[in-house]
Amino acid sequence: MNTGLTLAAEFETPSVEYRLLAPMLIVFGVAVAGVLLEAFMPRPFRHETQLGLAVAGLLAAFASVVMLAGDYSVAASGSVAVDGPALFLQGAILLMAIPGVLATAERKVDVGGVFAPAGSSTPGSPAERLLVAEKITQTEVFPLLMFAIGGMLLFPASNDLLTMFVALEVLSLPLYLLCGLARRRRLLSQEASLKYFLLGAYSSAFFLYGVALLYGYAGTVRLSGIAEAVSSEAGNETLLLTGTALLTVGLLFKVGAAPFHSWTPDVYQGAPTPITGFMAACTKVAAFGALLRVLYVGVGGLAWEWEPVIWGIAILTMGVGSVLALTQTDIKRMLAYSSIAHAGFILTGLVGTDAVGADGELLGVSSVLFYLVTYGFSTIGAFAVVTLVRDAAGEATHLSQWAGLARRSPVIAVVFTFFLAAFAGIPLTSGFTAKFAVFSAAWAGDARVLVIIGVIMSAVAAFFYFRVIVLMFFSAPAPDGPSVVVPSPLTTVAIAIGAAVTLLLGVFPTYVLELAGLASQFVR
Amino acid sequence: MNSYVPILVLGALSLGFAVFSIAAGHLTGPRRFNRAKLDAYECGIEPTPQPVGGGRFPVKYYLTAMLFIIFDIEIVFLYPWAVSFDALGMFGLVEMGLFILTLLVVYAYVWRRGGLEWD
Repeated sequence: MNTGLTLAAEFETPSVEYRLLAPMLIVFGVAVAGVLLEAFMPRPFRHETQLGLAVAGLLAAFASVVMLAGDYSVAASGSVAVDGPALFLQGAILLMAIPGVLATAERKVDVGGVFAPAGSSTPGSPAERLLVAEKITQTEVFPLLMFAIGGMLLFPASNDLLTMFVALEVLSLPLYLLCGLARRRRLLSQEASLKYFLLGAYSSAFFLYGVALLYGYAGTVRLSGIAEAVSSEAGNETLLLTGTALLTVGLLFKVGAAPFHSWTPDVYQGAPTPITGFMAACTKVAAFGALLRVLYVGVGGLAWEWEPVIWGIAILTMGVGSVLALTQTDIKRMLAYSSIAHAGFILTGLVGTDAVGADGELLGVSSVLFYLVTYGFSTIGAFAVVTLVRDAAGEATHLSQWAGLARRSPVIAVVFTFFLAAFAGIPLTSGFTAKFAVFSAAWAGDARVLVIIGVIMSAVAAFFYFRVIVLMFFSAPAPDGPSVVVPSPLTTVAIAIGAAVTLLLGVFPTYVLELAGLASQFVR
Repeated sequence: MNSYVPILVLGALSLGFAVFSIAAGHLTGPRRFNRAKLDAYECGIEPTPQPVGGGRFPVKYYLTAMLFIIFDIEIVFLYPWAVSFDALGMFGLVEMGLFILTLLVVYAYVWRRGGLEWD
């Protein structure tokens, strides 16, 4: 029996290793500084300052991630793990966030930026028209983005379930807001925001209930403690299985895996396109990092139980994503279903739990890490291209409007084709090496049927990517079709980074593959 | 399990009291109509006159409520810290300072953006 007195005697002063948490602290610090800038800086200087501060903060945080590499331990009394997968994914998120932030800061394509000048003004009201006429730019998106990035850095690194839940909320809440801030088609954007919020809150409840049940099972929320309880087979197994299932549902929702994918197309379509790209890339990276940590560290001893379920979900996700993408007529919705299909391919790699590479690296982990990097950069680039194809009403997202785009702008059509080829997994793009990595991990993990289904599904997926390519190159353009806007250097750089990484990881993947292999061990 | 008995008994007692009071009031009390009985009881805003357009009310209430929650939560964290201040020592002081500093930033932001002005 614990009484108050013995508790006081056992009291141990917590500690925080600021050095190990530096990447997150830098990003949160920049976010807080951004809030102060919003409060005290005159409006004309805000945009450039916020952008500079955000990019500098991301670079500084990336530098601190690089300095921490190889120095693996747990921080903040064991609630944050600083290990290979965490640092690799933090680095990936920070590097992806740079083109993400650059594309978000674009102001030339749509005068004043892609965000509504005041999120609270009623769509179509005189107050809103006045703000638009004054060409007021929304700059609060930068602190919001930095808060979201900070949460994403913590999510894959959290070593106990409560920290993970806090990280989940910190990354989600700013995203809900950002989704509802589009300058054009505001009602669609607000609808997306509301749907994302409601379903996100719903999935958080699943997550939290899972945490509660796992606490009931193991008596701790620490992942290593849960792993110990699993291996000693102590406690009530019903609690363990139900808790794991609920927790996984919450995480699979954030990942966008079927049957928890239904929010994805609506939210991706309604959100401002640069935010969609950022969200599709960075949120997926962070959420897969957390899923990896829960499944491998927390309930790794239970792999016999969860592997078949992840099998089923991977097949369902690949199927739903690839088949429903065929029927889409909107480019953003099509890319959303494509991101669902990619979640399925990544889950395939995750199943290879007992696959060990030549140097003792866990292939299941390293292939997922590598896939996330390749997928993220291509996604940000592809969505940045979508922002450029416009007509008088804003972005022209209907597929029919993309017909004959190659005649209007051969460069943009070629770049977009390149991204689509990467999504389809064509050799010489990063998508090929990534698919090869996850499928060989699953093959080595004896999930051969799953690999065969995965290959068939990627052939189906290739079909709808090529449909868009054919449409762009071999259809006659509509007379009143959209034009391709020449962006400011911000979006150009974002697209160039996306394309360069997609090409580099397709041609010389060795270095990053080796890095992912080195980073495949968790601390416990 | 034994340690849960007092809380279960307490829960049963309070539930029993609530059910008894409401039931007894229903069974024994007189029922006479009085318009005043339909008014908001002790707190809350008068529901009339209804605003035009089906009951939208100004975002100001929401801002005030949000601010209240932020500072309410601050107290929730400050209270246990104050109780175990000597055990936490310097570490607790620094961490709480950082926490309050962050809230101060939020406060400055709200103040500069006019969130504290009613009109």
